[in-house]
Amino acid sequence: MIIPRVPVQHRRLLPDRRLSGPTPWVIAILMMLTLLAAAAGVGLARSANAIGAAIAGRVTVQIVTANPVTRAEQAAALRRAAAAQPFVLSARSVEPEELQATLGQWFGAAEGDDPVLKSLPLPALVDIDFVGEDRTGPMRQLEALVAREAPGARIIPHAEWLGPVARLIRSLAWIAGGMVVLMTLASAAVVIMTARAALATHFPTIEMLHMIGATDRQITRLFQRRIAIDTAYGIALGTVVAAAILLLIGLQWSGVTAGLAATASLGPAGWALLLALPLLAIALAALTARQTLLAALKKIL
Amino acid sequence: MTDVSPARPGGAMVEFDGVGLRYGPDAEVLSDISFNLQPGSFYFLTGASGAGKTSLLKMLYLAQRPSRGIVRLFGEDLVAMPRHRLPGFRRRIGVVFQDFRLIPHLSARDNIALPLRIAGVSEEDLSGPVGEMLSWIGLGDRADARPATLSGGEQQRVAIARAVIARPQLLVADEPTGNVDPEMAMRLLGLFEALNRLGTTVVVATHDIHLISRIENAQMMRLEKGRLSDPTGALRYPPANRA
Repeated sequence: MIIPRVPVQHRRLLPDRRLSGPTPWVIAILMMLTLLAAAAGVGLARSANAIGAAIAGRVTVQIVTANPVTRAEQAAALRRAAAAQPFVLSARSVEPEELQATLGQWFGAAEGDDPVLKSLPLPALVDIDFVGEDRTGPMRQLEALVAREAPGARIIPHAEWLGPVARLIRSLAWIAGGMVVLMTLASAAVVIMTARAALATHFPTIEMLHMIGATDRQITRLFQRRIAIDTAYGIALGTVVAAAILLLIGLQWSGVTAGLAATASLGPAGWALLLALPLLAIALAALTARQTLLAALKKIL
Repeated sequence: MTDVSPARPGGAMVEFDGVGLRYGPDAEVLSDISFNLQPGSFYFLTGASGAGKTSLLKMLYLAQRPSRGIVRLFGEDLVAMPRHRLPGFRRRIGVVFQDFRLIPHLSARDNIALPLRIAGVSEEDLSGPVGEMLSWIGLGDRADARPATLSGGEQQRVAIARAVIARPQLLVADEPTGNVDPEMAMRLLGLFEALNRLGTTVVVATHDIHLISRIENAQMMRLEKGRLSDPTGALRYPPANRA
């Protein structure tokens, strides 16, 4: 049982000074940071997975033939040929207007009316998505196809240029996970110190209880209950604050619909993990307190 | 779960044989202590301050294991007894401390009820005995008072009531009259005598030798520099009977 049942009359053996010490507040801060780190970790991990899945089977063929007419013909031929292949899920030519619009964001020109931008020799691009996530076989077949339809064109696997970003995001997720572990350990250390301090503070009472025949189990339940309740208050407080922060971030995040940021979300499993963490923390606190108290009491005859 | 065997019929309640006690690497504070305490008897343990009375009592009420020798209580060897069995034996011993050791945030009633609650007696069953005990010690009207609001004598009476509420077979009192005036000392001694008449074995440590003459048939053990010196010769094992 997380919070042991102790008869009401026995509870009075410890003076009622709940929430007067620093423990609930320290636990509240640690719990809040743990939940925020866990949320960040889950969000980043899901983002990394989403990016990885999106780029694993996608390539862009860049055709840089100097003659614009030939370039357009090669792009169209390649798109048609690729779309007919069984290993290709979809093939799409990137329209010149789309390219100019993308570049226009960098040139500061609107509606593609910049003469410099218009004069740029832009390559023709064909985006191809493979069937499945295995790139090796389809890549060889695509190379043959490109050599036939658009000699000299470059095949750019998205995994090559977005892969480092996905790896960085995954590393950040692991760091967030590490922070969750460290803060859990710090919380356990706080509980251990609290249990030891409680034993030291109430040592005369404990000694008396021993002398009149109280068992270690009886004494431990008494203190374990108090520590579990104190930490539960702290955990509840930390959870409420973390939830408020996450909801606030969630509201702001909902406006982000493009780019890498749009891939970050918690998902049902992430929310379930965040909801389970406070309960796990209470259980961990109670278990830690129990073991600390039993170990300390064994040193007394 | 604790397990306590009954004392051997006709045997000594307490047996010390060749017991020595040292704290850490220092010299022994108690050496070659041997005696038997018979059920239903009344004993005084005397000696100057620092003679080792409190250390001897600690071994009697199971707060200290001896460094050497044999200690048997209720027929059981306590030296080798596993720790988890000790609570069961402690519930058969009542202890009155020189400094009372009442729990400050509990009322007189709750302090007295403590041993019964620890033993698992229900609130319904303990209210009667606790009320009777409060009346017996003359504190019926101060049942809800905290120890800090009681006089020294009243605190001592609460401590005694706590020690005897569970009807212990052995009552150990360390200088129980040390903090009270002579009149109160005599009243407390009267309480011990009454308990003894009900069958409780009583051991009272005191440096007040005048108290001893007040209890009829009381026997005396005297500690001098950590060794037992028995003026009556009745308490120690006769050498021929030693193992």
